[in-house]
Amino acid sequence: MTTYLNGVSLPPSKRVSIFGGTHGNEMTGVTLVRQWIKNGAEVQRAGVLVTPFIANPKAVERRVRYIDQDLNRAFTPEILSLVERKDLPCEVKQAQEINRLFGPKGSKDAYDVIFDLHNTTSNMGCTFILENSGDDFILQMVNYIKCTLGQSSCHVLLNEHPELKYETTRSVAKHAVGLEVGPQPQGVIRSDILKSTRQILKYALDFIQLFNKGEEFAACDLEVYVLDASVDYPRDQHGDISAMIHPHLQDRDWQPLCPGDAIFLTFDGKTIYYEGEGTVYPTFINEAAYYEKHRAFVTTRKKVLPAKGVKIRTV
Amino acid sequence: MNQEGNAFNPPHQSLPPFSRVIVSGGTHGNELAGLYLAKQWLQGKARGLERQTFSAKAVLSNPRASEVCRRYVDVDLNRCFTTECLNSPDADDMPYEIHRAKELNVLLGPKGSEQAVDFICDLHNTTSNMGVSILVYQDCHCFSLHMFKYIQSHVKSAPVYCAIFNTPKDRAYSLDAVAKYGIALEVGPQPQGVLRADILSHMAEALKLVLDFIDLYNQGTEFPSCEVEAYVKDKDFDFPRDPVTGELTATIHPERQDQDFQVMNPGDPLFQTFDGKTVNYSGSQPTYPFFINEAAYYEKKVAFSSSNKVSIRIPALRLQASAGGANRIS
Repeated sequence: MTTYLNGVSLPPSKRVSIFGGTHGNEMTGVTLVRQWIKNGAEVQRAGVLVTPFIANPKAVERRVRYIDQDLNRAFTPEILSLVERKDLPCEVKQAQEINRLFGPKGSKDAYDVIFDLHNTTSNMGCTFILENSGDDFILQMVNYIKCTLGQSSCHVLLNEHPELKYETTRSVAKHAVGLEVGPQPQGVIRSDILKSTRQILKYALDFIQLFNKGEEFAACDLEVYVLDASVDYPRDQHGDISAMIHPHLQDRDWQPLCPGDAIFLTFDGKTIYYEGEGTVYPTFINEAAYYEKHRAFVTTRKKVLPAKGVKIRTV
Repeated sequence: MNQEGNAFNPPHQSLPPFSRVIVSGGTHGNELAGLYLAKQWLQGKARGLERQTFSAKAVLSNPRASEVCRRYVDVDLNRCFTTECLNSPDADDMPYEIHRAKELNVLLGPKGSEQAVDFICDLHNTTSNMGVSILVYQDCHCFSLHMFKYIQSHVKSAPVYCAIFNTPKDRAYSLDAVAKYGIALEVGPQPQGVLRADILSHMAEALKLVLDFIDLYNQGTEFPSCEVEAYVKDKDFDFPRDPVTGELTATIHPERQDQDFQVMNPGDPLFQTFDGKTVNYSGSQPTYPFFINEAAYYEKKVAFSSSNKVSIRIPALRLQASAGGANRIS
């Protein structure tokens, strides 16, 4: 990386992969990636190698999130360096395979960009999940999409939380981009969700092509939601949930939540109110896969993130 | 279907009172509204099953699938209640759900016998936009249709539909077929593995009305003959698939998605292929699709079920006068 006035110059992004089926029951990515493996014209861009890839084929086959453990939490140095053995959990083997194909994670041989396509049962619209607020290339990509499709076309969830950050499948690449689109039930393919995912991805790939061709993207400000805290359901002494998301909060992802607002409704009809400090922006509200992770929703704080200008580094 | 006084449709129908009533949840372990209601009752944390003339009992139908939040462990429990399956010989390597179906048949049946419980209301959720749907699998409609009419006239928060499957009793495969009479209460849309307060509230409201209706009936309330609008299931439609690999090539068209029980005319958009083409409905008659894009039906190769909308005149319903069964009210 070299710097110039208000910006950085970066090498071109020559190798890009699109992952679907990191979670085998999130059907948009599974469907699109299968389609693009058959016919990739839609995602090919001149000068870029774009590889559509089913990340967890065994889970996809069985239409479950995972077989043994969550693949999207399995890219820790410990797991990736485990010695190969036949009895390793399915997702450990698969994580190592992905690391061989698209990594090694953290090395110069790693793929430039991995888009990892996810679905949520939460009403999150199109959400980019980013792991690095210093990744100007990706921030510029999101800004390009927002400028093209409108500011409300997508949200940015930034997860740099010391306890809540996890080692994602896409973290193998130099630039990791999660695209979370909802609401869509697990195991269902909705055409509206297919369409919006496709549209966002089209402009993301266009951006890469423009960047590689030498277009310069000027410094900008990007509105992001910074992951703040995870909130569990109220539970009884057996650990069973004793309340559900309050109807006033359900489907209101990204809407301001203030102290005193209703968040849960117990099974015997009592309302539980939010007691945190200041206004937060909840998201991942009532995501099916998060019941087992003891997460009813997460809270975020809104922030404007400055992104440096980017242009291609010429040799 | 609206002539009066034939064998199917007598001028009025009388049945003994219903004293043994079962409310079951968790038949599919990832349909959480019914599961949570059943759990609440079984743990004594919720009331609402008692009425003047009976006390309903709660059953958690598939505890193992519920434990792991999956539809089933080995096979779909709600397809195991055919007479043939229930009477199949026991085997050590029997799928869990067949074992459980036989167990439930002992507990609540035996199916088709005098000892069977009077009524089962089996609680389900769907990812389809079916509101509150009363599914009548069995061929005795009158009682269930009056019940549907009663629910429909009281529920204001969600649309209420009735789907009739007309399955002969011995081939009826759903849990409610174990009882003398029964319905499935199917409430949606709700994703699998998710509990939504609005859906739970619709289900609880409809279930309360099921029990109220039985209570009124037991007390001698006469329900006059009336017209009901119902949807008689016609057939199942699969998604378009690749002829070689069997993989899906299309999903429900955006104009059809969420339009359960709304008319679909020949030529209307039905599917949208993954490369963006529209596939129109090629039938020759209008139909009323339901279970549109239900998650659990992909593996059953069902994109939706078609139905015919009918208006049925149902005979009056009243308690059997010489209620030999009256003393059965405990």
